[in-house]
Formats: sequence, structure tokens, C-alpha cells
Amino acid sequence: MEIISLKSEIAIRVENLSYVYPDGTLALQEINLTVRKGESVALMGPNGAGKSTLTLHLNGILKGKGRVEIHGLEVNKQNIRKIRRLVGLVFQDPDDQLFSSTVKEDVAFGPLNMGISPDLVEFSVKRALEWVGMSGSEDRSPHHLSLGEKKRVSIATVLAMEPEILVLDEPGANLDPRGRREISELIKTLKGTKLVVTHDLDMAAQICDRAVILLSGRIIADGPIRDILSDSALLSRAGLI
Amino acid sequence: MKHDYIDKYSRLESPVHSIEPRAKALALFALIVICVSTPPEAWWCFVVYAGIVFIVATASRVPASHIISRALVVFPFILIVALVTPFTKEGMTILELGFLKVSKEGLITVWNVSVKSLISIIALILLSSTTPFPDLMRALERLKVPSFFTTVASFMYRYVFIIVDEAERMKRARDSRNFRGRWIWQAKTIGQMIASLFIRSHMRGERVYQAMCSRGFEGTFPRYHDRKMKSADVVFLTLITLTAVSARISLLW
Repeated sequence: MEIISLKSEIAIRVENLSYVYPDGTLALQEINLTVRKGESVALMGPNGAGKSTLTLHLNGILKGKGRVEIHGLEVNKQNIRKIRRLVGLVFQDPDDQLFSSTVKEDVAFGPLNMGISPDLVEFSVKRALEWVGMSGSEDRSPHHLSLGEKKRVSIATVLAMEPEILVLDEPGANLDPRGRREISELIKTLKGTKLVVTHDLDMAAQICDRAVILLSGRIIADGPIRDILSDSALLSRAGLI
Repeated sequence: MKHDYIDKYSRLESPVHSIEPRAKALALFALIVICVSTPPEAWWCFVVYAGIVFIVATASRVPASHIISRALVVFPFILIVALVTPFTKEGMTILELGFLKVSKEGLITVWNVSVKSLISIIALILLSSTTPFPDLMRALERLKVPSFFTTVASFMYRYVFIIVDEAERMKRARDSRNFRGRWIWQAKTIGQMIASLFIRSHMRGERVYQAMCSRGFEGTFPRYHDRKMKSADVVFLTLITLTAVSARISLLW
């Protein structure tokens, strides 16, 4: 009984996860990570540390050795639909995320794939765009949006599916300081469990209460954000300062 | 960079813009097929077809300059035919320029090619400038065009500009390192640029697919809010098709 109630508190559980890229590069080595529901975790580390690779395991896009559980469900072929509904993954480059000819179509893509009725989809598209401050841009073409707007719409495409866990890969990448600040503020307002991949210490401090540092495919530190950010030896080892 | 879209002007408001995309596509395709199948001697049939195109163009409020500049793409082809066939096609000589003989059959071929290609291309320009591209693709899908083609075209519409931008950036980086455009000496550089553009596009394709799968994509595109054909759409379709067909059929008598 206790185990079950304990389990239900857990959003993400990764056990002994290793992944080797087809070209032989060892991307992840024996990763162990547990994230409780409602936590905001910063996943930090230098380029090529395996941060994006790890996020791609959380919804079963990549499949490595080891075990990944989302809300107690193992990530495997049978559960994949449920898992992808639970985990909303926002890619780093909005041009990868936004592939439709209009913003509306892109935001509707996830909910429609989930088999939601068109009327409800209409509603969730509207609401998701409202959440990210992009109301009224339904008929614009993603190519004509600014980078900051593209990032917002990318987040909306995932919010429309109402995921329990939001995984954001470098949400501030390539944005100017104000754009980064606005995106952090936006992310801060979103509910649910959050895993934010970032190099940006300010953003991490602003959004997250815990930080996990990845270096060469291994977790080298995991703790409260204050402790991690004040450990300059660690940050310098991870190439973050 | 600011780009010109294939469906520029497609979000204006006009009677033609408001026609249901399937009706528009069917009507204009019918016009093209009928036009192409008409023998070149029936010149007044072409007057009817051109008239239809002219009326639709006027009603659509798409600027004439836009239609004309887009239609220019067929001119190189017409030019090749116009420069070669009058002299090479066997038939009754109507003009002699030194050793070159201009044949009547050759001239008819030139007329045939030019009038048909112009009417067809303008019909297509009208279709694409009065229908937003996504709606057009959806219409074609509903008209049973295999979704493979419409999907490929839709992705192209979305990503062609990104690839153009990427190529532009590579070109700038190349020129900054003192590249001189004498292409025959630089063929290797250009080849490498094309190769790296291909690899980048391939990798992007992979990431786009991953992002789609993350949002529950399982191979078929979901759709919603399909329009129904209204009486105005049916009238548009029958009017154009009937006018063109009657011009064409009258030749049989």
C-alpha cells in the first residue's frame, strides 16, 4: 500500500539507463533519476553531455538499455500513447516543432492525434495560445513569426495536449536577454512537473528548484538549485561558467 | 528574410476566394483539360477559355501584375518552341528568310503551345492565389489525390524557405571567405555546399519526425473543420465547366 502511494508521487523514474548512438558514441551511462510530481528540475551540462538524448527517452522516441517510468507506467510499445500524452516534449529548434502551414493547425495537431473531437480541439487550441500569449495568431504562418513567437507557439503545441510533465529543451536558446526573461516568466506560470534543459544559469535559478548536472553521459550532481549554483568548482567542471 | 509565398494574395476577400476549394480546383482543372484537348485551329474556343480566365481573374481582385509576373515562367519554354519549330516543322512554306523556311504547320504549333500553356498556367495561378495552400492541399486530398503527394507538397511549402535561408547563410559564409563566383573553378565548393545542405535537410527531417511522434503522430494526418459545398460553389463549378465544354463540343458539329 505504501509502495503504491509512494509510486504515485513520482512523475519520472529513470533506472540504469544507458544509450549508445548507432555510430558507437556512448551518449548515456547508467543514468538514475527520480523526479517527483510538481517538481521543476533544471537539466544542465555542456554541449554533447547527453541532455537532449535523455529527454528523448522520456517519451520513448529513443530506446536505450534500462528502465524509464512515467507516472508509474513503463515506457514501452504498449504504453506509448499514454506516455506521449503525459509527457509534452518541446524541441530546441521551433522550426522542428512547427511543421504546419498555420499556427492553428500546428497547435491542433497533438489534440487531433489524441482523437479529441474537433469542437474541443478548437477550444484547446484557443486556450493553449492564450496561455502562451499568442492569441489571435491562429492563421499566421510559422515562417512569418519571430523566434520568440515561434518558441511560444512551440510550447502551445504541447500545452494543447495538457501534458502532466513538460520537458523543454533549451527554451531560451538563441533568444535575446529580454526574450529569455519572457520565456522564463512564461514557463514559471505553467503548471505541472517541469524538466528544463538549459545552459542558462539565470533561467535555471528563476524556474527550477532542483538541478541535475550531466557530464559525458553521467549525472555528476543532483541537488537543490541554490547548492548547485553556488558550487563554482562543479559549474566550471561542467562547462557552465 | 522575407519570402514570397506561392499563395500570396490567397487571403484576400473576393467572390472567387470564397468559393469552396474543391469546386475551384475541379472547375479550373476541367478548364485546363478541355483547353488542352482543343484543336489549335478552333481559335474562337480559346477566346471563350481566355474569357473565362479573364472574368475569374477580374473577380478575384488579384493584381494583374502578380498574375503576369507569375505567368512569365512559361515564356522560356514558349520561346524555345517559337525559335525552333517554325523552321524545322515540315509543311507548306509561307515565308523564306534566306535558307530558312517558315512553315504554316510550324507557326500553328507555336500558337498551339503558347495559347494552351498560357491559359493553363493562368488558371493555376488563379487557383493558387485565391486558395490558401493548406486548404488547397486538403481539397485535393478530399478529391482523392493520394495523401502522399499532398503531404510532400505541404512539407515543401513549410520548409522550402528554411532551406533557402540555410543556403543563403552558407553562401554568405562562403563569400566572406573570399569565394569568387567563377563557377567552373569552384564546382567542388558548390558540390560540397549542396551535399551539406542535403545532410542538414535530412537531419532536420529526422528531428521534425521525432517532434511529430512526440505529439502522438502515427502515420496519418488528422483533419478537422472541412467545408461543405454550397450552392454558390456548385454554380461556379457548373458555369465554368459547362461554358468550356459547350465551346469544345460545338466543334463536333
